[in-house]
Amino acid sequence: MYVAVKGGERAIENAHALLAAVRRGNPWVPELGIDQISEQLTLAVDRVMSEGSLYDRELAALAIKQARGDLIEAIFLVRAYRTTLRRFGTAAPLDTAAMDIRRRISATFKDLPGGQVLGPTFDYTYRLLDHGLAGPATQVSASLPEGQKSIRIDGPGRGDSPSTPSPCREGLPDALSPLAPCEIAAFPRVTDLLANDDLIEPSPISEAQAGDLTREPLSFPAGRDVRLQNLARGDEGFLLALGYSTQRGYGRTHPFAGEIRFGEVEVEMFAEEVGFAIPLGRVAVTECQSINQFRGTATQAPRFTRGYGLAFGQCERKAIAMALVDRALRAHDLGEEIKAPAQDEEFVLSHSDNVQATGFVEHLKLPHYVDFQSELGLVRRLRESFAASSGRERGVGIAEVAE
Amino acid sequence: MNGPAYNFAYLDEQTKRMIRRAILKAIAIPGYQVPFASREMPMPYGWGTGGVQVTASILGPDDILKVIDQGSDDTINAVSIRKFFVKTAGVRTTTTTVEATVIQTRHRIPETALHEGQILVFQVPIPEPLRFLEPRETETRRMHALQEYGLMHVKLYEDISRHGEIATSYAYPVKVDGRYVMDPSPTPKFDNPKMNDCPALQLFGAGREKRIYAIPPYTQVVSLDFEDHPFAPYRFDGTCALCSATDSYLDEVITDDRGSRMFVCSDTDHCATRRTHGHGASSLCPQDEGEKNGLRAGPGAAP
Repeated sequence: MYVAVKGGERAIENAHALLAAVRRGNPWVPELGIDQISEQLTLAVDRVMSEGSLYDRELAALAIKQARGDLIEAIFLVRAYRTTLRRFGTAAPLDTAAMDIRRRISATFKDLPGGQVLGPTFDYTYRLLDHGLAGPATQVSASLPEGQKSIRIDGPGRGDSPSTPSPCREGLPDALSPLAPCEIAAFPRVTDLLANDDLIEPSPISEAQAGDLTREPLSFPAGRDVRLQNLARGDEGFLLALGYSTQRGYGRTHPFAGEIRFGEVEVEMFAEEVGFAIPLGRVAVTECQSINQFRGTATQAPRFTRGYGLAFGQCERKAIAMALVDRALRAHDLGEEIKAPAQDEEFVLSHSDNVQATGFVEHLKLPHYVDFQSELGLVRRLRESFAASSGRERGVGIAEVAE
Repeated sequence: MNGPAYNFAYLDEQTKRMIRRAILKAIAIPGYQVPFASREMPMPYGWGTGGVQVTASILGPDDILKVIDQGSDDTINAVSIRKFFVKTAGVRTTTTTVEATVIQTRHRIPETALHEGQILVFQVPIPEPLRFLEPRETETRRMHALQEYGLMHVKLYEDISRHGEIATSYAYPVKVDGRYVMDPSPTPKFDNPKMNDCPALQLFGAGREKRIYAIPPYTQVVSLDFEDHPFAPYRFDGTCALCSATDSYLDEVITDDRGSRMFVCSDTDHCATRRTHGHGASSLCPQDEGEKNGLRAGPGAAP
């Protein structure tokens, strides 16, 4: 019995001690280091930073270790820590056009200024278990040549003529030849290129302070700023399923992955004292801009619409799904009919947060025997009156009291 | 909670001020759900984060805290929340209802009548009484604003037509101060009458749903009903196997796999106090104080 008995306190302490032992596992196996997690489980760390909304690789790695690899639990640990941190200001909007690109692909143009940069991706791998990874590492062959932090495949901008055919344009793995990190300046965003010709709606520009749902309760209708914040913190699996549903016709938005880019951007903050923005550091982010079906009105020529996704680290699945859902949620603003779950702002925003969701779903483990006792009493009473009335009426069924 | 030192009662003072403002507004508009910027707490949503934030915001160093879950001071949730405040606020705690200045509760109101100056803090999972009739917040807020509670009455009526009585046994809706329909949190409806004209302040915190509401002392709280189907608090017709109480809310304890069961007070403090005052178990029912191996079957207690 886990309730109704004295000694609950000791039982809890014992459970925690057992948890610590199980977390550690077999003591003959070396303990996992935080550095191992942050260096070798990078995508898990990225997800925990994104949904935990705290950019700190070490803390995310610690959380993953403490949570025994349960990423939602790790996200929760990071969130609970984050909420205690003091805020000293608001950063200037990130300039993702100035990103130090590690990966950049466009599904809408074969070639474009800056080229396609495949970067580290599973995309073209054969999903065959690599038994070579099972044993001890034989050599450090996986490391990049001479301290380079990224792999660039494409030519333009590295002194080559932009018209040089680039091997990666065919997108084939055999084209892979690790080169120096791309240091060219020009990686204009695909959506900006389209916007120059007014073929896509302009990126909204606002001087207003963006909302913050960690400081103000969510209310409806929510602005796009709050929606995007909610989605950025939202559960990857939830967004994935919703984004997928839009592709299958539940609120279809005809998306193209205009561009997906991953790399580092500078974070700057405006300092009153000096009168200009000062750099605080760099963060790695993944950005997805979707290009969605055009719309036009009697007064406005047709043009494409946008969906936007952004996540810390390399979280491409999340960023793409987020862009799909962001676009679906714009249905109301764009005058589209709202009939699918992904278009329903209140439905999506209220259920996207996995820390909230897991808390409420798992709280069913808590004792509910007082409520259940009430229900038990009620059902017994109803059954008694049912038996009495069916005995009287020979199977006619329940007495229709209110009629 | 080792490592960084936290503020008294965990929350920083800015956050407490924000929550106190919401509480004051809630007291000023009895039964109205005030949105507040609920924080992520170091315990999961759904495990009392709303109640914990309310308690953290009102707790002072001289307070004496009691925490109950399902009426008991010893259930896991109660233990864990009480320990949290011992650790972060160092306040005195008690299990005695009359002694406590702040009582945080999940799913019960103590049997012992509350007195002036006490504050009862409820943990609330779903603050919106209309939620299961209308899932949209935008709609339910409008319904409250217009006092449009017809849907709720239709629901209660449908219960009667289907089952012969109102088939809501807990989280039974009440009307506060003749204005707002309110969810009393999932307390059994047995407890509803205790909310009415109560000398203590009753605060409700829903952390995940980011709402706070309140019933100020001596406020009228009416359980919704119909003239021909008046509200009736339900209680299993039996006596407590430990203290022989005949008026307390009882928990059913299954004692074997052949249908034997016994009934004991859900309010452990109430039960213990009665026993110290000489109310023993019913003569048919040998007891071992429920200390170790669970509660023994009492043949007299089976229905």
